Amino acid sequence: MSRSIGRLGLFLGVGYAFLYIPIALLVVLSFNDSRLITVWSGFSFRWYVALWHNERLIEAALLSLRIAAVAATGATVIGMAAGFALARFGAFRGRGLFGAMVAAPLVMPEVITGLSLLLLFVALAESVGWPSERGVTTVTIAHVTFAAAYVAVVVQSRLSDFDRSLEEAALDLGARPWQVFLLITLPLIAPALASGWLLAFTLSLDDLVIASFTSGPGASTLPMVVFSALRLGLTPELFALATVIIAVVSLGLLVALKLGRVASARSGG
Amino acid sequence: MRLRLPSGRTLVLALPFLWLGLFFLAPFLIVAKIALSEGALGIPPYAPVLRWTDQGVLTIVLNLGNLATLVSDPFYLEAYLRSLRVAAISGMLCLLIGYPMAYAIARAPERRRNLLLMLVVLPFWTSFLLRVMAWIGLLADNGVVNNLLLAAGLVSQPIPLLYTDFALYAGIVYCYLPFMVLPLYANLSKLDPVLLEAAADLGARPWRAFLTVTLPLSLPGIIAGFMLVFIPAVGEFVIPELLGGPGAQLIGRVLWTEFFQNRDWPMAAALAIVLLLLLVIPIAWFQHVQGKAAR
Repeated sequence: MSRSIGRLGLFLGVGYAFLYIPIALLVVLSFNDSRLITVWSGFSFRWYVALWHNERLIEAALLSLRIAAVAATGATVIGMAAGFALARFGAFRGRGLFGAMVAAPLVMPEVITGLSLLLLFVALAESVGWPSERGVTTVTIAHVTFAAAYVAVVVQSRLSDFDRSLEEAALDLGARPWQVFLLITLPLIAPALASGWLLAFTLSLDDLVIASFTSGPGASTLPMVVFSALRLGLTPELFALATVIIAVVSLGLLVALKLGRVASARSGG
Repeated sequence: MRLRLPSGRTLVLALPFLWLGLFFLAPFLIVAKIALSEGALGIPPYAPVLRWTDQGVLTIVLNLGNLATLVSDPFYLEAYLRSLRVAAISGMLCLLIGYPMAYAIARAPERRRNLLLMLVVLPFWTSFLLRVMAWIGLLADNGVVNNLLLAAGLVSQPIPLLYTDFALYAGIVYCYLPFMVLPLYANLSKLDPVLLEAAADLGARPWRAFLTVTLPLSLPGIIAGFMLVFIPAVGEFVIPELLGGPGAQLIGRVLWTEFFQNRDWPMAAALAIVLLLLLVIPIAWFQHVQGKAAR
């Protein structure tokens, strides 16, 4: 038995090494004084200073954060409704189509989603005059659309494995359905909504392809700027940027893990 | 007993239905329309399919030229085939690496599982582009791997690693691995260990119990994971562009070039429609598995 545990541990070790060696490389190189990735010429924070003064990157990052916050909120509202409908409404008319519309964005190649949304925006602009120009608004709508599917999956799976008896008890005690939803269902699925929002936020922040298709001049998101910089070659500033993102994400996940532990200890599970 | 939300119910359903209908479903019809239109110089760079003739008659002008080119020009055909092959191989590689990981996490002590799972997901939360960049740093001629090989005296000059199929697969597998591990873990963690004990009691060796009990029962997880890797990988643009060789003309890259460099919107739309037709069956299958898992 212990031999098989050892072998499983080996699989995990190799897998995690594969996942983390590239990330470790990004972090190490961000502190390298040299511009070249070949030579280590001493420890330095100079690339972080350079990053801080890189207005193009900072501006793009702020724009991306703004788009991501709005898109994640929109995606959470729509995804919650979609997940709720799929988990609770049983067999309604059009369920097949609805389920397909919710599941397909999860796997749809980004070039297809991006191109089709752009062509929609162009067709709309021609026929109804909206959107008059492409930019922040169109990117945000595009991000809401594909991120809503992820939120829907998270909400649906949370709803399908929780105990309905609380809701039924509340209904038996005379609560109106909307009261049941606000007072019982919503607090119970709150963790799923929070992780759905974060997922949507990250997906929006990270998206290059769909944003490239749906954006217009003057609205370059962070991935668009990073991508055009990458095409010219690696720069240590980008390593510094990666390290900042990794630090923020790790911190966020640690907090989430702690909160999750507190929550599960409280609910006794 | 079912929760009844007479008016709320319609509202809850209508919001996502209308949004996704307008911004996800309707665009495909427009893509199909534009794939059948002629290219034109102007903004937008395509001619209308429906137009009025001088005599005031509404005519439909369909241009099947783009689709004909796609089928007859071996360049496009090869790009499709290569994309399908690369995506399938990437899916298999993810399965080979991801299955043992998911299995090991599912068998780990319960208090450790959350942490182990989080370690798989964490890279996915960091920037995708910057993780691809890390592979450039690893595989470039003056990158870490070549430096190590040179220092160890294993090679006398840098071996080409970046802009090869190897870099392409490494990048895809690296970026998509979490999508394989998560559904597999969800499936394997639900597996009742009693079944394996029963198999052992009946005299099955561990590997035999695995092949006859665990593997067949985890098939839905394998299919879901494979589809989550395979389908988006077919249209992948960023990884082939940054890591793959100039010969790796995958369909996502071809579509991008037609759209952004050649400004041939009808051709890009035709490429997208054919790609979508190729993926309809895998997507439907994925949706079927997904729907079953949720119920």
